Amino acid sequence: MKCSEFLKELTDYLDGEIDERTKAELEEHLQWCHNCYVVCNTTQRTIEIYRDSKLYELPDDLRTRLRSAIITKCQGHKNATTEH
Amino acid sequence: MEAIESKVGEPVNGETVLVDAARKGDIGAFEELVRRYDRNVFRIAQHITQNREDAEDVVQDAFLKAYQNLGQFQGQSKFYTWLVRIAVNEALMRLRRRRPERMVSIDEDVKTEEDSMPREIADWAPNPEQLYKQAELRDILSKTIQGLPASFRTVFVLRDVEGLSTEETAAALDLSVPAVKSRLLRARLQLRDRLNKYFKRRDGDGRP
Repeated sequence: MKCSEFLKELTDYLDGEIDERTKAELEEHLQWCHNCYVVCNTTQRTIEIYRDSKLYELPDDLRTRLRSAIITKCQGHKNATTEH
Repeated sequence: MEAIESKVGEPVNGETVLVDAARKGDIGAFEELVRRYDRNVFRIAQHITQNREDAEDVVQDAFLKAYQNLGQFQGQSKFYTWLVRIAVNEALMRLRRRRPERMVSIDEDVKTEEDSMPREIADWAPNPEQLYKQAELRDILSKTIQGLPASFRTVFVLRDVEGLSTEETAAALDLSVPAVKSRLLRARLQLRDRLNKYFKRRDGDGRP
């Protein structure tokens, strides 16, 4: 297996969406190809770091304000459609 | 983080009942749906627009639009996937308004110089995220993902941050499954490449 073929399958491999035979071939490649091993490992870390980062958490006070604005607008829409 | 946020891909107890009640005009039921998904929608919106005010507007507009169009929700997909679809469209619309000079489309299949093939192969420090303070790390991650084309970061955030399945992501974005996979691979590899300079293993104290 070439490195370019390994890369093509990387997403399915990381997501576990791959058949056993291809998985075995990829893991065999990983045993001797240090570069692909590093790319695979650091790509996995990239996903985990973003997943765990709590980037763009909604602060409680803003959350309350937004929810109240949404519900007011929905109520307005409901009233308008009921009147017609 | 509430369980619901990491389990958006699974059937949600009582959701059909809530959607039905909201459709019949029960605002309280709709408020519960807002409570379940507002944090997810905000995160997605800010990832796409990269702007806090826009993200706030997207949250409001997406939920209002969902409420107004509940009658058209068929129940074939999950409510959350349907809501995400509305939110993504709203977010892309705001992004286009803010950056009219750049065509922003989820359909764009961007080919870039740094496409797929990794430019630098470097192992990372054992716990690279611990090399930085929380705020510093968030800044790095935010700056890094901002550099991706909108179509790549949208797929990445839905699939890898929000945990939607490939099929749900495809449905939410109106893309084919192979298109989602192709964008996801390139998004992941480009982010990895760009994070190299912050996280790679160095001699000495391990800090860049």
